[in-house]
Amino acid sequence: MPILLSLSRDFELAFLKDDRYKLFITGFVNTLKITAGALVLGIVIGILVAAVRSSFDKNSETLKMRGGLGYGVLSVLNSICKVYLTVIRGTPVVVQLLIMYFVIFRASKNGVLIGILAFGINSGAYVAEIFRAGIMSIDNGQFEAGRSLGFNYIQTMRYIIIPQMFKAVLPTLLNEFIALLKETSVAGYVGVKDLTKAADNVAGLTYKYVLPLTAVALTYLITVMILSSLVGKLERRLRKSER
Amino acid sequence: MNDNVLISVKDLKKHYTDGTVRALDGINCEIDKGEVVVIVGPSGSGKSTFLRSLNLLEIPTSGQIFFEGVDITDKKVNINTHRQKMGMVFQHFNLFPNMTVLKNMTIAPTTLLGISKQDAEKRAYELLEKVGLKDRADAYPNQLSGGQKQRIAIVRALCMNPDVMLFDEPTSALDPEMVGEVLDVMKNLAKDGMTMVVVTHEMGFAREVGSRVIFMDGGVIVEENTPEEFFSNPQSERLKDFLSKVL
Repeated sequence: MPILLSLSRDFELAFLKDDRYKLFITGFVNTLKITAGALVLGIVIGILVAAVRSSFDKNSETLKMRGGLGYGVLSVLNSICKVYLTVIRGTPVVVQLLIMYFVIFRASKNGVLIGILAFGINSGAYVAEIFRAGIMSIDNGQFEAGRSLGFNYIQTMRYIIIPQMFKAVLPTLLNEFIALLKETSVAGYVGVKDLTKAADNVAGLTYKYVLPLTAVALTYLITVMILSSLVGKLERRLRKSER
Repeated sequence: MNDNVLISVKDLKKHYTDGTVRALDGINCEIDKGEVVVIVGPSGSGKSTFLRSLNLLEIPTSGQIFFEGVDITDKKVNINTHRQKMGMVFQHFNLFPNMTVLKNMTIAPTTLLGISKQDAEKRAYELLEKVGLKDRADAYPNQLSGGQKQRIAIVRALCMNPDVMLFDEPTSALDPEMVGEVLDVMKNLAKDGMTMVVVTHEMGFAREVGSRVIFMDGGVIVEENTPEEFFSNPQSERLKDFLSKVL
């Protein structure tokens, strides 16, 4: 069985020699760290930007009529958000990552942290638009009910609108997270030892590409499948509460 | 100002788009404590806009609204604290679909008034008992009928212990057989002395429960009177015409 023999030699070379499996594990941990960090940062940015953008869309008329500082402040914030969305969505994430690493944080060589920032800021732009669509899809009567009970605008958002919005956008949000997880595979561009970079390094050492790349592809695939099933469960649980 | 006046409206105007559409065109009105004021009129007459202006869900173009002696149209006034004293019931209920009935009723008092969860729930159960829905405390709005939803919406507003209740066509979205159960709750509320402003098409309710009926058309109050006089002895041609169509 020469094929099996050569396969087991390749396996030995790819994973066992010099404890190379450890490179894959470290890489996977770094990928998860970057994804999780970017996810949290993206959601925080997304909520803030979506809140500004949707309140501008919904309330600018009223605020104009009420006079005072409100309209001016909101209008400036809205413009800043729009510039952010345009720039981030109009440039490739790899370029953003390179700018972060080689220009903005030239002094720091903490690749994982820079990765979290770069991918988080990138993801925030997409999440913001998902959230904004979610907020706009919620019946205006929900806002009015909240306001009529005496909640101020921010409280109405926090206690009444955002919980409903989350539920509405969960499937779309999952897509964004899956995209994010896979996008982090370009972190190797700035020398971050993520999962993809680990395969790249091992293959470079051994000149054997099949096993390292297959292993990495399977790892991404399984992670995405686990993520999907978790969100599916969450979605079903949230939906059940309404039946 | 008379001590008994709860809401006083002075020359209230609401214009849309460069002033060509005049939803409200100079409303003057006083509402006393304990009164049940019923507002009727054809659609587009501005009655809902007027009601929604009373808690500033609609921002008036000009004019003043005094609530408990405070001009709430003044930009320096924190409208949120005043809205807590003005319960509102909507045509489409607007219950929070992601919360149980109990949570719908307790979220505002616990968050805004600092009432403990236990006290808020105790009060909620008392109110639910009054409207015959104590067994639905743990249900979600989607599990309720329209009439049940509206009764919950009423007691949700009552949980804030408001000084006035505003009703915006509370029975218009209901199946006919559910209108009665909601009107009964409103009648009991009136009997308990709650000040109420009701926009409705239910002339029976206006006649039976109202202490005053207002007829609006074209953004102005055309006529107002006691229910007996209003229905048996209308003065203006427009009201006569309106009543001949709806009665």
